[in-house]
Amino acid sequence: MSSAIALRTIAVKEIRRFVRIWPQTLLPPAITTALYFLIFGKLIGSRIGMIHGISYMDYIVPGIILMSVISHSYANVVSSFYSTKFQHNIEELLVSPVPNWVILAGYIIGGIARGLLVGTVVTLISLLFSKIAVQHLTLSLLVAVLTATLFSLAGFINAVFADSFDDISIIPNFVLTPLSYLGGVFYTVEMLPDVWQSISLANPILYMVNTFRYGLCGVTDVDIHVGLAMTCGFIIVLTLFSLLLLHKGVGIKN
Amino acid sequence: MNALSLRNLRKTYNNGFEALKGIDLDVKAGDFFALLGANGAGKSTTIGIISSLVNETSGTVSVFGHDLRKENRQAKSCIGLVPQEVNFNQFETAQNIVMNQAGYYGMPYKEAKASTERCLKLLQLWDKRDSVSRRLSGGMKRRLMIARALVHSPKLLILDEPTAGVDIEIRRSMWEMMREVNQQGTTIILTTHYLEEAENLCRNIAIIHQGLIVENSDMATLLSRIHVHHFLLDLAKPLETAPQLAGCVCELVEDKVLSVSVPKDKSLNQLFAQLSEQAIEVVSLKNKSNRLEQLFMDIVQ
Repeated sequence: MSSAIALRTIAVKEIRRFVRIWPQTLLPPAITTALYFLIFGKLIGSRIGMIHGISYMDYIVPGIILMSVISHSYANVVSSFYSTKFQHNIEELLVSPVPNWVILAGYIIGGIARGLLVGTVVTLISLLFSKIAVQHLTLSLLVAVLTATLFSLAGFINAVFADSFDDISIIPNFVLTPLSYLGGVFYTVEMLPDVWQSISLANPILYMVNTFRYGLCGVTDVDIHVGLAMTCGFIIVLTLFSLLLLHKGVGIKN
Repeated sequence: MNALSLRNLRKTYNNGFEALKGIDLDVKAGDFFALLGANGAGKSTTIGIISSLVNETSGTVSVFGHDLRKENRQAKSCIGLVPQEVNFNQFETAQNIVMNQAGYYGMPYKEAKASTERCLKLLQLWDKRDSVSRRLSGGMKRRLMIARALVHSPKLLILDEPTAGVDIEIRRSMWEMMREVNQQGTTIILTTHYLEEAENLCRNIAIIHQGLIVENSDMATLLSRIHVHHFLLDLAKPLETAPQLAGCVCELVEDKVLSVSVPKDKSLNQLFAQLSEQAIEVVSLKNKSNRLEQLFMDIVQ
C-alpha cells in the first residue's frame, strides 16, 4: 500500500512537471513534426512516389511518430532525474523508505507518459497531412508503450552516470538522433546498397520503427517478431541494470 | 530503548580518505543529543550513513532496534532528516514539497494533506504554502526543510546545522520549536557550529574528531570539567599594564579591556575585592567565550 502511494506520488510529480512546462515539452514536437510532414512528406515526398504500395507521406508518418516517442521519453527521464540529482532532491527519495523499484518505476511512468502524449500530438498533426487506416491498433499501441519504456530506461541510466548538463545531451545528440534518422524513418532499407543494408540491420531503432509501421500501415522491412523480442529483451536488461545502479547508489550516493 | 545505535561504523571514501575510523554511539529514545565536531571531523558522513545518503564501509546502524541494512524500510520510516544544504526542488511550491515527502512515506492523501498543513503552520510557513520554494528567504527555506522532515511524524529527527545562516529571532523561535518537538517524544540529534545552541538545547553530547568519538557524556558532566572561567572586563579608566591578581591570569586586551582567567574554585567576589584593592573600577563583565566552546577546543586540540 505504502509503495503504491509512493509510486503514485513520484509518477504524478513527474507528469505534472512536463505538463507545467508544456511550451518546452509539448509544443516544439508539434511544430517540428508539422515541418517534417510539410517538407519531406508534402513537397519532396510527392516526387518520390509509392513505397511498399503506400504513399511516401503515409510511409514516413509512423517513423516520425515513433521518433518523437523515442526522443521525448528519453529526454523526460534524463533531464528530470539529472535535475533531481543536481538539486540534491534525490535525497528526499533516498532518505525515505521508497524501494528502488518504485523510484525507477515512477520516473519511467513519467517518461512513458510524455512519450505517449507527444506521440499523440504528432499523430494528430499527421492527420492534417495523411489519412492512414490503422492496420493493427493493439500492436501499434504496444510498440509505442514498449519503445517509450525502453528509452525512458535508457534516459534514466544516462542521468545516473551524468556529472554535468553536457553529459545528458551527448547521447541524444550523438547516438539517438543519428540512429533514429538511420533507422528507416524516411526510407526503406531496400533503397540502400547491400553493405549499408547489412549495417542498418544492426540498428535496433530500425526494428522498432518498422514494427510500428507494420502496426499502422501493414508494411515492414523486418520481421516484427524480431522487433518485439528485441525491444522486450532490451527492456529486461536495462531494467535490471538500472536497479543494480540504484542498489549500489552509483552516481547518487557518496 | 536506544533510538540510535552505531557499532564500529567505518567509512573510507574512494579517494582513500578515512572519514570514520570505527564509531560506537548510542542515543537513547527521547533524548536531545548534540553531535559536535569541526569541519571534516566526520559528522556529516555519520549523518549521511544514518540517513542512507552515504554507504558505510563496515559496521552497523540500528534505528529503534531496526537494522538499517536488514530492516531498511522500518528503520527509514523512523527517521526525519533536515540536511545542511537546501535540497528541495526549487521549482515546486512549499506545499507540494511537503506533500510529496508525505507520499514517499506512504501517507494516504487526506492524512498527508492534514499533516502538511500542521507542519507548515508549526514552522510559520502556511501563508507561503503556494510560493515557489526558490522565492523563499534563507530562513524560510530552512524552516521548510524542517516541516518536510516532520511531515511523517518521525521518531528520530536529525538536524544537521539547522540554524546556520538564520537571524537571531528566527533561531530562537526554531529553538522553541525543537524543544516542543522533543517534549512531544521525538528524539533529536543536532549538529551545530553554534555551541551555545548545543548547550542550551541538548542533554547529551558526543564530540567527533578525525573520525573518532573523543567525548561522549551528558552535558552537565562535560561542563563540570571546566576548571577555569574566562571573562572580559570593561574598565572605567585605562591601564598601562595588566594587574597582578592572585590565582588569576590577566591580560590587557585594550587599555580599557582586561581579559581575566579565573579558577573555578575562586569566587567573583574575591576577584572584585582584589580589583578594588588596586583601585580598578569595572564597568561591565562578559564571558570571553561560550563554556562549551572552551571545552570543545580543549578536547580537539
